[in-house]
Amino acid sequence: MTTEQIYAKLLPIIQAYLPTDVDPDSVNPDKDLTNELNINSAHLVDVVLDVEDQFDIEFANEDMENLRTVNDAIEIIRKKTTS
Amino acid sequence: MKHRVVVTGLGIVAPNGTTVASFKKSLEEGISGIRFFPELAKLNFSCQIGGMPAISNERKHDYFTPLQLRQFNSNGIMYGVIAGMDALRDAGISPVVKEDPPLWDLGVIFGAGTSGVEKFREAIYKIDKKEVRKLGSTSVVQTMCSGVSAYLGGMIGAGNTVTSNSSACATGTEAVIMGFNRIANGLATQMVCGSCSDDGPYIWGGFDAMKVTTYKHNEYPTAGSRPLSETASGFVPSAGAGALVLESLESAVRRNATIYAEVLGGAVNNGGQRLDGSMTAPNSTAVQRCITSAVKLADISANEIDYINGHLTATTKDSLEIENWCEALERSGSDFPYINTLKSLVGHGLAASGSMECVATILQLYHNFIAPNINCEDLHPDISESVAVERIPREKISTPLKTAIKASFGFGDVNACVIFRKN
Repeated sequence: MTTEQIYAKLLPIIQAYLPTDVDPDSVNPDKDLTNELNINSAHLVDVVLDVEDQFDIEFANEDMENLRTVNDAIEIIRKKTTS
Repeated sequence: MKHRVVVTGLGIVAPNGTTVASFKKSLEEGISGIRFFPELAKLNFSCQIGGMPAISNERKHDYFTPLQLRQFNSNGIMYGVIAGMDALRDAGISPVVKEDPPLWDLGVIFGAGTSGVEKFREAIYKIDKKEVRKLGSTSVVQTMCSGVSAYLGGMIGAGNTVTSNSSACATGTEAVIMGFNRIANGLATQMVCGSCSDDGPYIWGGFDAMKVTTYKHNEYPTAGSRPLSETASGFVPSAGAGALVLESLESAVRRNATIYAEVLGGAVNNGGQRLDGSMTAPNSTAVQRCITSAVKLADISANEIDYINGHLTATTKDSLEIENWCEALERSGSDFPYINTLKSLVGHGLAASGSMECVATILQLYHNFIAPNINCEDLHPDISESVAVERIPREKISTPLKTAIKASFGFGDVNACVIFRKN
């Protein structure tokens, strides 16, 4: 799966967890999920569960620790779907 | 100096009305919210009837964001949030915007018996399948007992105490008394007080097992809840939420808010499961003491009471409750106040019952009517022996009302009694 294909499937998952005062169009690969997109840190686990379902992969606890930006998510998904 | 406390907002989610207007209409017209549930029959329940408020998907979205509704599966919290937010709107109090500090003088005491049992069930299945990591982020907040007050506190921006009390079927009335005391003592200016209960088989099952619900009316649901009746054979389980905004009189007058009634005072106590009391049965001495304490704290004479909103669940204990009222108020026969119970119309809302019934009490007080007691055309002879039949209206009565008393009793031998007055 290309980075673009991953991002296209990842974007709506992230957008579902944005607070109401964050514009869904403001999401881009460089954004920090909690600090810039203001996703409640508790919701990161929900983002991960949705990603796991969508891509049929499983995040390890270490993957969660490395997850900061949208790009981090793309990278983790890319590795897991190509291995 | 004690502050005077008034009711400035009401909210209700009941099986026979999920807005104050529709609930009031059901009260006046004696409309029952009890239905037959095939699911209960399928699960081999003895009692296959109950009361569940109907909330449309569209209405949920008026109170919750799409994100909040993701993986949401806690009926009690939903009912509580709707009733609580409606009460606030009714009181003319708007939620604070995110950038502003919270309302330091507004608190929430919103009780529950348990929270999010359906959500808890989901979680248990996942955990047993070794999938604990799949519970998601909201399993805790939906199943913690204080879930409903936490949701409400956040939606409003409450900055005073935000907590959930729990005292079985006395929960709602106790919440009102706790909020009253907080304002009376100058610790808060506005309090959202109420209670809620989940509904469905996982809440009702334990009562079915105890044989305290009725199995005799599955074919005639609306005739099933029969408080005060000789053929009462157990209560009909239900659920919902009631909410009151309590406020200091000074604040209410300053805001020019609608004042439904004043809370004159309230008492809570416990029978200690001594004498004739037990985990599940009331100690009459304690019940009477709770009522007389409330009258004393309200600084009125028992003769001033026009109307009693009873606990009256439709078990064999109804006659005993009437006896206790007669003893405590030292009134009987045609001198007895008018009395009715919401439970003939909506069943027993368990932890939600006290607050739903407080809302019903205030609506009747404010609009000068007594709602009909349905299903007691065959009044229990022990009751008609001590109270004149006309004091237990079977049809709606329009009559000027000034002072109302409401009591709730619950498992654990807990009692709560509150007195409202229209000035």
